[in-house]
Amino acid sequence: MAQKQLPKEFYKSMEELQAVDFVILELTLYLDTHPNDEQAIQQFNHMTQVKQHLMYQVEQYYGPLQQFGNSYSGSPWNWKDAPWPWQI
Amino acid sequence: MWIYEKKLQYPVKVSQCNPMLAKFLIEQYGGADGELAAALRYLNQRYTLPDKVIGLLTDIGTEEFAHLEMIATMIYKLTKDATPEQLKEAGIGDHYASHDKALFYHDASGVPWSASYIQAKGDPIADLYEDIAAEEKARATYQWIIDMSDDPDINDSLAFLREREIVHAQRFKEAVEMLKEDQGKQKYF
Repeated sequence: MAQKQLPKEFYKSMEELQAVDFVILELTLYLDTHPNDEQAIQQFNHMTQVKQHLMYQVEQYYGPLQQFGNSYSGSPWNWKDAPWPWQI
Repeated sequence: MWIYEKKLQYPVKVSQCNPMLAKFLIEQYGGADGELAAALRYLNQRYTLPDKVIGLLTDIGTEEFAHLEMIATMIYKLTKDATPEQLKEAGIGDHYASHDKALFYHDASGVPWSASYIQAKGDPIADLYEDIAAEEKARATYQWIIDMSDDPDINDSLAFLREREIVHAQRFKEAVEMLKEDQGKQKYF
């Protein structure tokens, strides 16, 4: 099965994105039970900005990360391109 | 609605082909305390829970699907290069006979997933206590699988998932406390 070869930089950017998404997830669950923690909300909003930047980086190597209008498509349509996460 | 993100929550690397480990891991795919049960339990209970905790169940339920994909990735990678003979030796010849190497929602003994694993009582305390117990049971299962595994890469991902169960249990306990506070104010129940 011929699969798109991903450059080394992809793996580094993807790991950074996974790390930032983890921070966002942890803050989300924390804020669900501590909704008045101003500092955590500031961190959440800051990391959300960082995520946008990292998603853009990863998508340069990998193509769209999300659907439903959250990522731009390349041409031809590259959302459906392998490798999928479990194939990497 | 839900939006799929084309990435794993946490990296999954596999040291070597190991269908025996895949056999154990499928417990967390389609078993009673596995990730499918967790996701479906929380995302179903949330419709009738108090507003205060719906967000938490939505978010944890969604994260469980990310865990399900991690487990699927482990099983896929551990079996993709195995021969039918190796699968048979690992004790999953009966799985192969029905599914080839496709994944299926059953536990480590091959028992198919059942909705009887989960409950929704419409009583917030009863539901949240079940959720806490479910997280603790999943944490224990991850520990037993780590104890049997000699794959350092898989164990790294499994340790991550084990820690997530602890965090989820903690948040569910906080949710119980939030509801109990309201109960004290006689705003609820």
